[in-house]
Amino acid sequence: MTATTRDPQYNFAYLDEQTKRMIRRAILKAVAIPGYQVPFASREMPMPYGWGTGGVQVTAAIIGPDDTLKVIDQGADDTTNAVSIRKFFARTAGVATTANTTEATIVQTRHRIPETPMVEGQILVYQVPIPEPLRWLEPREAETRRMHALSDYGSMHVKLYEDISHHGRIATTYDYPVLVNDRYVMASSPIPKFDNPKMDNAPFLQLFGAGREKRIYAIPPWTAVKCLDFEDHPFEVQHWDDACAICGATDSFLDEIVTDDAGGRMFVCSDTDYCSGRVAADQKESAA
Amino acid sequence: MYVAAKGGEQAIDNAHALLAEARRGDPSVAELGIDQIREQLSLAVDRVMAEGSVHDRDLAALAIKQARGDLIEAIFLVRAYRTTLPRFGYSEPLDNTRINARRRISSTFKDLPGGQVLGPTFDYTHRLLDFTLAANGEPPVAPVADEPLPQDMPRVLGLLDAQGLIEQERDPDPDGPVGDITREPTNFPADRDQRLQTLARGDEGWLLALGYSTQRGYGKNHPFAGEIRMGEIAVEFAPEELGFAIEIGEITLTECQMINQFKGSRTTPPQFTQGYGMVFGQSERKAMSMALVDRALRAADLGESADSPAQQQEFVLSHSDNVQATGFVEHLKLPHYVDFQSELELVRAMRTAMARQTAEAAE
Repeated sequence: MTATTRDPQYNFAYLDEQTKRMIRRAILKAVAIPGYQVPFASREMPMPYGWGTGGVQVTAAIIGPDDTLKVIDQGADDTTNAVSIRKFFARTAGVATTANTTEATIVQTRHRIPETPMVEGQILVYQVPIPEPLRWLEPREAETRRMHALSDYGSMHVKLYEDISHHGRIATTYDYPVLVNDRYVMASSPIPKFDNPKMDNAPFLQLFGAGREKRIYAIPPWTAVKCLDFEDHPFEVQHWDDACAICGATDSFLDEIVTDDAGGRMFVCSDTDYCSGRVAADQKESAA
Repeated sequence: MYVAAKGGEQAIDNAHALLAEARRGDPSVAELGIDQIREQLSLAVDRVMAEGSVHDRDLAALAIKQARGDLIEAIFLVRAYRTTLPRFGYSEPLDNTRINARRRISSTFKDLPGGQVLGPTFDYTHRLLDFTLAANGEPPVAPVADEPLPQDMPRVLGLLDAQGLIEQERDPDPDGPVGDITREPTNFPADRDQRLQTLARGDEGWLLALGYSTQRGYGKNHPFAGEIRMGEIAVEFAPEELGFAIEIGEITLTECQMINQFKGSRTTPPQFTQGYGMVFGQSERKAMSMALVDRALRAADLGESADSPAQQQEFVLSHSDNVQATGFVEHLKLPHYVDFQSELELVRAMRTAMARQTAEAAE
């Protein structure tokens, strides 16, 4: 854990208190209607749209001085955008930050769910670029809201079926659509479908913030999250023939690293905390 | 042993230091002052104020300096600063009959009360590079009229309205609340208050292209520049504890009222229609484009078909904000290793399956 000092020129966590209250109300509504996209008056933040402004606003609205924050991008704590967002909260909220998933009370993420299982009391905040799962089927917002209201999800199933008829399988690998609490079809955000099973009946609260699109949605703890599929084409996750070249894990999402220009490549854990934790545990064991 | 590439705080800090150095340029050249930008790049300042939605010339000038002249970056800086400002309340509606005009033209009447007032415009200049500016040439002194412009120049659209010649959108609930796109997310279909607000802070280039498209047949609406005004106008605010409005300052505005194709039916006599544009500072290009697009977006209200891009409000409004647009386009620079890895795995699996099928078929 790293202690930080707050910049007194800004209100705690940057946003003013009225704005935080407005966002908290949207979050409460989102929690009350799992998977439903709640419009909120998203603010301009000092980082660009598409770089996590929704997640940052959600985190700013829920974070308190005693929280410990972890920020990841692609599973890693040290990618440039994760570093930038962590620094932002260190500066404006002065909260403790960590790379350790178990130490964190709030984890803000882009594109991954940590490999280390999160527990009750922790909150996972997702950065969402396009919150509307039906957007690629219907560009008009007025129309997609109507489709959600009527649970008119036939076109989504047709899309998945067309995948199967073209490619022999469902060809969606990330932002895989899910049905939340048996009611709303929801965008899982661009996490790999590998991570989708972690959303189902999770003990922790999951909040989703889309700043540019001005939407917040949520999955409360212990809520059913079902990946859309067919009986004869059940949902399945990616798997690798390789193990992580650093820690040897065979159960984590692996990033491919190109090692030379002659086709050489290796695979390593995308979750850097998980990977380094396994290496440290190994070293401890061999030392003992 | 392979060590994973680290983004690294040090690399980010170093990149920022390099950026600061690049912004400064050659240190043997005098540094640009905020006051120089404010006074001599005033149209850039106007654009940053308009699309940044903050009327403050010094802040806009600072943003331009910090952004190395990248106006969208400067607009972004001003917007992010705006987020931190407390909201005291709403000003009184501006009385646009009281613009203290520095420029006022109409393309629909050769002469009219108050006359055609050209003001500071590029319109009739020859676009020839003026090399005396490179040598710091001082400008000639502009002559001053014998008497100031009349304060009560009638509005062209008012003249037409008095004769019932132009349709007016009458607010069915004039005392009702006005939308505020900075405080409430836009719901579609959006009403005209929200549409005009969105256009007013929309990207100048986006509106220019859309307005232009209506002139080339994609949603044609036969525009005439009824009246364009640029000048200063007083802003009034009524603090709750005072109970009456006081003048808190003066802002520069450009306003364009476009007169568009007439419509009528067997039962209603024909009338011209209109589109409206208003922008902080001096920007006729933006005000005129906004008026064209506003009129195009009224297609559905006026019972016209809305088949062209400029007439489709979700398309126009959802893509007009350059801070949003640049953020999302440029976010593609962020790492997408995980998603790409997922796609790579899928494509490889499909290729393997296909190769197996081909091999089996050959056997």
